[in-house]
Amino acid sequence: MSGLGEAFAAAWALIAGVEPGLVSIVLLSLQVSLSAVLIASAIALPLGAAIAVGRFPGRQLLIVLLNALMGLPPVVVGLLVYLLLSRAGPLGSLGILFTPSAMVVAQTVLVVPIIAALSRQVIEDAWREYDEQLRSLGASRPSAALTLIWDTRFSLVTIVLAGFGRAAAEVGAVMIVGGNIDGVTRVMTTAIALETSKGDLPLALGLGLVLLALVLLLNALAALIRELATRRYG
Amino acid sequence: MNRFRRLLLSLVLVLSVTGVQAQQNFITVASTTSTEQSGLFRHLLPVFEKKTGIQVRVVALGTGQALDMARRGDADVVFVHDPAAEEKFVAEGFGLRRREVMYNDFVLVGPKSDPAKVLGSRDIVDACKKIAAAGAPFASRGDKSGTHAAELRLWKTAGVDPQGGKGSWYRETGSGMGPTLNTASAMNAYAFTDRGTWLSFRNRGDLVIVVEGDQRLFNQYGVMLVNPAKHPHVKREQGQAFVDWVVSPEGQATIASYKIGADQLFFPNAKR
Amino acid sequence: MLPLELHNLRFSAGGHPIIRGISARLEAGPRSIILGPNGAGKSVLMRLCHGLLVPSGGEVIWHGAKGGDPRRRQAMVFQRPVMLRRSALANVIYGLKLAGKSPRECELRAQDVLEVVGLAQQASRPARVLSGGEQQRLALARAWALGPDVLFLDEPTANLDPAATQEIESLINMIHAAGTKIVMTTHNLGQARRLGDEVLFIDRGLLKEQTPIERFFSKPASSEAETFIRGELP
Repeated sequence: MSGLGEAFAAAWALIAGVEPGLVSIVLLSLQVSLSAVLIASAIALPLGAAIAVGRFPGRQLLIVLLNALMGLPPVVVGLLVYLLLSRAGPLGSLGILFTPSAMVVAQTVLVVPIIAALSRQVIEDAWREYDEQLRSLGASRPSAALTLIWDTRFSLVTIVLAGFGRAAAEVGAVMIVGGNIDGVTRVMTTAIALETSKGDLPLALGLGLVLLALVLLLNALAALIRELATRRYG
Repeated sequence: MNRFRRLLLSLVLVLSVTGVQAQQNFITVASTTSTEQSGLFRHLLPVFEKKTGIQVRVVALGTGQALDMARRGDADVVFVHDPAAEEKFVAEGFGLRRREVMYNDFVLVGPKSDPAKVLGSRDIVDACKKIAAAGAPFASRGDKSGTHAAELRLWKTAGVDPQGGKGSWYRETGSGMGPTLNTASAMNAYAFTDRGTWLSFRNRGDLVIVVEGDQRLFNQYGVMLVNPAKHPHVKREQGQAFVDWVVSPEGQATIASYKIGADQLFFPNAKR
Repeated sequence: MLPLELHNLRFSAGGHPIIRGISARLEAGPRSIILGPNGAGKSVLMRLCHGLLVPSGGEVIWHGAKGGDPRRRQAMVFQRPVMLRRSALANVIYGLKLAGKSPRECELRAQDVLEVVGLAQQASRPARVLSGGEQQRLALARAWALGPDVLFLDEPTANLDPAATQEIESLINMIHAAGTKIVMTTHNLGQARRLGDEVLFIDRGLLKEQTPIERFFSKPASSEAETFIRGELP
């Protein structure tokens, strides 16, 4: 238990001391994960909506596949993206391995199935309610899909946040494609892994608490916005 | 709808502003966890960066992984500690001339209770035999790193096949030095580690150094440029500048000056 | 685009025949009320006419639709209106936009119809927080804004209190007076009498009779209708 006490003390010292090193790590974490989630949302929300309202052969298979991909181990994603971006790989000429861009790519791959699968569910439920009304008004399927994304936006925010949580919390993928380079690709989770391997468990746990606090804060904010918006828009 | 767009726009803006400035003048060095985690690079690199303006990005892995990464062309310079593997790397044409940089030494750490009765010995091979004979728990890296390779050579010299102890006393963690020490500390097991990582390791529990000072515990580090003929994008000039600086008198003196407490961690021995 | 002709129309779902061969002719002018017991197929018949369901057999023929798309010249109001998560005004504009109107046209027309249905004050309020009666008036406004030749109404007042029902009824009459054909299902025989000019009586998927309203209630042609009226009236 004294370990936990030390961890809280370390976390407090980290926050109160506002170490410039920590600030840049936190900012990089946010930058990478938020970028990944934004890009993933731009891909996954239309994808989820398209599957929700679309009727095409292989649709059920695609849904099963997406649901399965939600559980993709980050290490596997990291390895795949590493092999893609490595100089010896097909996208090696981009030269973005061991940069934040590579980390954004890996996390995007990780998060797209989550947002797509969950939003598909939400949008399909809404589609059942809206289907006849939208078709009666003459909406084509693509335009119905866009309408549904907009109309389920408060639920989708929660889904996008779940994606962010997954991105910000994973270490396997960013460790491999980012390389945990001090000052360049070191983020919260890889810093935690590093401190753990250095045996500085209180500092590692302290960093973990800072990460937890950040994710908590973001979720609280989103819950608040959702609450206010639901009250306003019904 | 408009408010939403504005929110999105400002988010993108914030992200791009906080973005890390694209630094073009940098090299990527594939190195080992022992050099990174011992804190040597934090001491060494700022001096080099200040002098040359070249940023050094270190990816710390096991020696085996570090060499593989360089084979794929994902590093400009390799800085590792497994002479046999390094020479093979150069012989295959992946690396240019290998330069010896420094050495530190390995130590055997183990619980104070010392179940194999090896504490204070200066004969590492004898200690290996005793640990195997006693069936005392031993945590191995098991990750093809330089340290792992050195450990396996010692077992061989001692005439012990540790694979026979798998499932009982010989435990492979399959991870880096730090995690392996964490495991050893939790299990009160013996472990083979480089001194640098040990000195900077915080979670020692009951572990102490039990064997040190044997000639066979010598741990030589080498540095080399990845062959631009194999990988044309290798930053030849900047990479070579780093190799040259590390073996220069200034680089060597900087290495010698790195200490944890009173202990010097690495001993420069570059040949002029 | 009237008259609308149904030719031996059939529809089955999951092997169950729901509409079992209905032929009828709906002329421009009279307000047609579709009556029948629960499960007779009233709502399905209306959806077949409106094009939301595809017939299993037979035809829906719009005689007057020369060249133009008949779907664009009809609209429907559902028992439970689906309000989009946006303002009342935006709900009306949504339908107009789908109909291909210019933004300026949309805005002006939407404001006009909201004025007519008495929701001008509520124009900027989120549609989902309006009362049930207001929502149904908004649904009427949204449908009517499209300037349809035919307006289908599927039990539009089933969930409303008497006051709200009366408002909807007078709006329906006003829309009819402005030249739109009304086709409506209801369970409320009093409402059928108040609003209807002719009755189409459906029983178990078959059209039993199509009679002017007065004759239907005083002297129904079919024994099923007679039973129905006796059962339904106190």
